[in-house]
Amino acid sequence: MRLFGFRGGVHPEAAKHHTERRPIRRLPLPRRLYIPLQQHIGAPAKAEVAPGQHVESGQLLARSQGLISAPVHAPAAGRIVAIEEHPAPHPTGLPVSTVVIETDSEQPPATVPSTEDPFTLPPATIAERVGAAGIVGMGGATFPSAVKLMPNPKQPIHTLIINGSECEPYLTCDDRLMQERPEAIIDGIRLIRHALQARRAVLAIEDNKPAAFAAMAAAARQSEAVEVIRIPSRYPMGWEKQLVKTVTGHEIPHGQLPGGIGVCVHNVGTAYAIHRCLRTRQPLSSRIVTVAGGAVRHPQNLEVPIGARLEELIDFCGGLTEPPARLVMGGPMMGQVMPHLRVPIVKGSSGVLALSAHEVDDGPERPCIRCGRCVMACPAGLLPLEMGARMRHDDLDGAEALGVQDCIGCGCCSYVCPSKIPLVHYFNYAKGELQNRRQEKAKSEQTRQWAQARSERLAREAAEKAALRAERAASKAQQKRPPHPSKEPL
Amino acid sequence: MFAAIISLALLGFALGYLLGVAAIHLRVKEPEIIQELEALLPGTNCGQCGFPGCPAGARALAEGTAPVTLCPPGGKPLAAALAAKLGVEADLSELDDGPAPVAQVIEALCIGCTRCFKVCPTDAIVGAPKQIHGVVSDACTGCKKCLGICPTMGIKLTRLQPNLATWQWPKPADANSQPESQQAVRDDDVEAARDMMEVAR
Repeated sequence: MRLFGFRGGVHPEAAKHHTERRPIRRLPLPRRLYIPLQQHIGAPAKAEVAPGQHVESGQLLARSQGLISAPVHAPAAGRIVAIEEHPAPHPTGLPVSTVVIETDSEQPPATVPSTEDPFTLPPATIAERVGAAGIVGMGGATFPSAVKLMPNPKQPIHTLIINGSECEPYLTCDDRLMQERPEAIIDGIRLIRHALQARRAVLAIEDNKPAAFAAMAAAARQSEAVEVIRIPSRYPMGWEKQLVKTVTGHEIPHGQLPGGIGVCVHNVGTAYAIHRCLRTRQPLSSRIVTVAGGAVRHPQNLEVPIGARLEELIDFCGGLTEPPARLVMGGPMMGQVMPHLRVPIVKGSSGVLALSAHEVDDGPERPCIRCGRCVMACPAGLLPLEMGARMRHDDLDGAEALGVQDCIGCGCCSYVCPSKIPLVHYFNYAKGELQNRRQEKAKSEQTRQWAQARSERLAREAAEKAALRAERAASKAQQKRPPHPSKEPL
Repeated sequence: MFAAIISLALLGFALGYLLGVAAIHLRVKEPEIIQELEALLPGTNCGQCGFPGCPAGARALAEGTAPVTLCPPGGKPLAAALAAKLGVEADLSELDDGPAPVAQVIEALCIGCTRCFKVCPTDAIVGAPKQIHGVVSDACTGCKKCLGICPTMGIKLTRLQPNLATWQWPKPADANSQPESQQAVRDDDVEAARDMMEVAR
């Protein structure tokens, strides 16, 4: 098949050899699970359970709120200890509303597969069930998957692309999943394809994962419905826009989603979760997590219930060999720095990295020498050095005019910068400032409306009062009038 | 007598007509900039700028008698927008970046007198007589009108702590703007240049 490639990108050291040959192991069920109510993009879920209540494995804990939201389910049977604020897996460790479950020592047996054939279900029902199972994009973006599966007559999907590229260094969770459970993934892909009524389904795997490619190709041979293709290894191949460009040759226009050009992208982990949801009626309550980094004693992939804390994963992998220079959730390029290990695994956590000092290139920032390497590396076709210089001087309009909103935050520019300028940090700062500006504008507009509504209300009340006074005066006058006729001679 | 009445009446009508015509044709148009500035201001007429309401504030801005930083509830973004509209350079460094502070009822002091929500220009305070009042912080502009009217001084301004939805990345610490590091670079450069000169000799 002809491939098209994308501009820019980098080749960071893959560092996948630590974990790619070790089988996935199941993390023993922790004593307590900390399940945040906001694990996805969109509105947080609303708790449906109360402290003290006993829940079964897979029971609904919190209902989704609105169209772009996802419910949360119990990963194991247990008693709810509290619903309270706990540190979120976020660079600041700010609190997030969390359901704390004390798990039972004896877990009920796993659910039996459902006998119903999901291929007979209408697409809308599949989307509904995927939504009810709380499935979100497992590649890290955590966008509710049901929204992408919902049939949209205005934008028919002709090509489904399943993202098996896993371009982030260190991470091998998708790789191991493809090596160990290829039939389930192929089944999930066929189900997504059925839901979307897409003509083509393409599974794209980077060429640095030959074992996964072989396993998936073998599994796909039986059904003929899925094309498994090899794509070159280049970061950020796994980013939606770059993957669509590589596979179809079409560029997603500014401000649009892949649906705009009839393409839909899902991650292999999502396909696996959809298979589990439709075949065994299991909600999304566990995921595969890569635990790696120079400071971890036995790096490997774990199947982890949502809500297990990072320290439990690290302990199971033999603990730390040295104090980590940096803790990261996700990959080293786009992952988030974690404040400590007492934060939980959430639906979008693809990896936990405890990086040692020699893996972190953290020198002082030096002046820009205008070498232009960041421009060559930027897959979005932007001018990172120019935007960074503008943001250094808080020229937000200048940065916006150069397209800082189109930055995908992949980190290629910061990676290649010989002066170690934190370019992506500047762009995150710019995006935050732009967001603040939009919110301020919306608020001032809203304030004006409120002030106007109040003055209208005051005027209305004054008018009502005046009317009431007039009425009273009139009735008083009428009351006074009766003696008048009595004066008349009888 | 009739002649006097008729002549004065005619004179009155004629002059009145003239005045009416003059009011239409010789009207002094309010500059559009005032309306544009007024549209930017919050419109709550809180009076913190020292002018009687937002329209008067906008007029003062247009005349140049008020600085662009006049509106405390608008904060830095409004000051920047006004400066851009008026085409002036403004020193915004003294305004703080953070979210504008909002009113908060100190529940131990609130006696439920309802005075505060009667003056709130955006109806951001809710409550009932003899019940503790509360502030809808999304609607509060921090205009301080309620602060002065509270008989028990039971309202204070507080800054909302950022949460996961409102937190944004701060500006990266700029190593190059620190004078020490700049000095270090310069010293290195000087030394390197000296070495090169010596080699050349």
